[in-house]
Amino acid sequence: MSKTRTREQGDGEVAALDQLAREDAGSRAQFLKMVGGAGAAGALAIFVAACGGDDEAETPSGGGSTDTGGGGGAASKGDIAILNYALTLEHLESAFYQQVLDSGQIKDPKVGDVAKSIGEDEMEHVQALTATVEQLGGKPAKAPKTAFEDVIAAGAQKILETAAAVENLGAAAYLGQAGNIKNKEILAAALSIHTNEGRHAAVLNQVVGKTIVPDGAFAKPATMEEVLKSVKPFIKA
Amino acid sequence: MSKTMTQPELAAIEVKGMTREAFLMRGAIAAGGVYGLSTVGPFVRQAMAQGGGDVDILNFALTLEFLETAFYTMALKQVKGLSGDVKEIATTLRDNEAEHVDALTATIKDLGGKPVKAPGVDFGDAFSSEDAFLELAQTFEDLGVGAYNGAGPMIESTEVLAAAGSIVQVEGRHAGVIRLLRGERIAPGAFDKGLEMAEVLEAAKPFIKA
Repeated sequence: MSKTRTREQGDGEVAALDQLAREDAGSRAQFLKMVGGAGAAGALAIFVAACGGDDEAETPSGGGSTDTGGGGGAASKGDIAILNYALTLEHLESAFYQQVLDSGQIKDPKVGDVAKSIGEDEMEHVQALTATVEQLGGKPAKAPKTAFEDVIAAGAQKILETAAAVENLGAAAYLGQAGNIKNKEILAAALSIHTNEGRHAAVLNQVVGKTIVPDGAFAKPATMEEVLKSVKPFIKA
Repeated sequence: MSKTMTQPELAAIEVKGMTREAFLMRGAIAAGGVYGLSTVGPFVRQAMAQGGGDVDILNFALTLEFLETAFYTMALKQVKGLSGDVKEIATTLRDNEAEHVDALTATIKDLGGKPVKAPGVDFGDAFSSEDAFLELAQTFEDLGVGAYNGAGPMIESTEVLAAAGSIVQVEGRHAGVIRLLRGERIAPGAFDKGLEMAEVLEAAKPFIKA
């Protein structure tokens, strides 16, 4: 279907991950400099953007409860950079499921349903993070060019194992940033995505016959460097 | 908020806003509805004093972990004819929750706090069948996710936040897999919204024997 998503503008500022993948040196400072847009404080409406029509119960805290007051802390450049880092990963995941579903490689309808619902979640994460970065006055990271062809050609098992690996990595990536996020509302948003990624990771582990909790009772975080190194094979330079 | 409180004098108190103090206060008020006023006195005073430190949040989490640990421990003994997959997962979950209890207890002590005791529990007829067990398991795991995610931004210490994060991801993993076993969508939506302490306690109340 819509295979050609937002790949076109490969000009100007290259997507941050592309750049990093090329240079190999995962210096965090450099990464932050690249992805950090103009920092500006502002009201964050990630949940407004995101929480449309799920089967959650009614939102108990109502509409006008969060007026960004209460010591939430302004969104710093660092927060925007973290959001863009997360956005890049979500772009990658979202593109992967899209390509997997388009390929028709997954024949088991139950597994297909799981992949579809995960893909939907990732797409919502992309939308919410993009909107949030924009609202904060930053420039959202672009979708990287992906390199999943070999994985997809290898068939369902390889696809699911890769999906599991990427989801476990994604969950670890969010966990690794929690302590770095300054603004409380951004932290709340990141946490709400973090556990969603944890759900994906465990379910895919279960599907491929691995333990649902690879780190045991306490999930381990991953640094930006670790994450970028691991996703590098899936990004086209 | 329209929660029915058992203590009329507490029901009159309403706290609004997103501050840490307000969050803790609302939790304290709800705890009054669950445990009774006498146990809440110190909790409220602490929460009002200077934010209460992270200990109150950790004790809140510990209560839930106790509840979950008891739930899986009892289920493994009482539910008849658990299938292989379910038994294996329930065992993993029980072990994980027990480790969370130990870790939270130790952390609270490290911070100079006093860990809450395991609450009395009553899970009704949740162990009458595998389906009934899985249904309540899903409720608890989704609730745990919401509880930690709601409390997370209120945590002051970066170390405590990291610990809570490493636990909540595991709760999310549990929740996803339980939903998978039940044939449900593995996530209620793309975002696991945080819950207020008050909402969590209200949901947990039917299973706690005061």
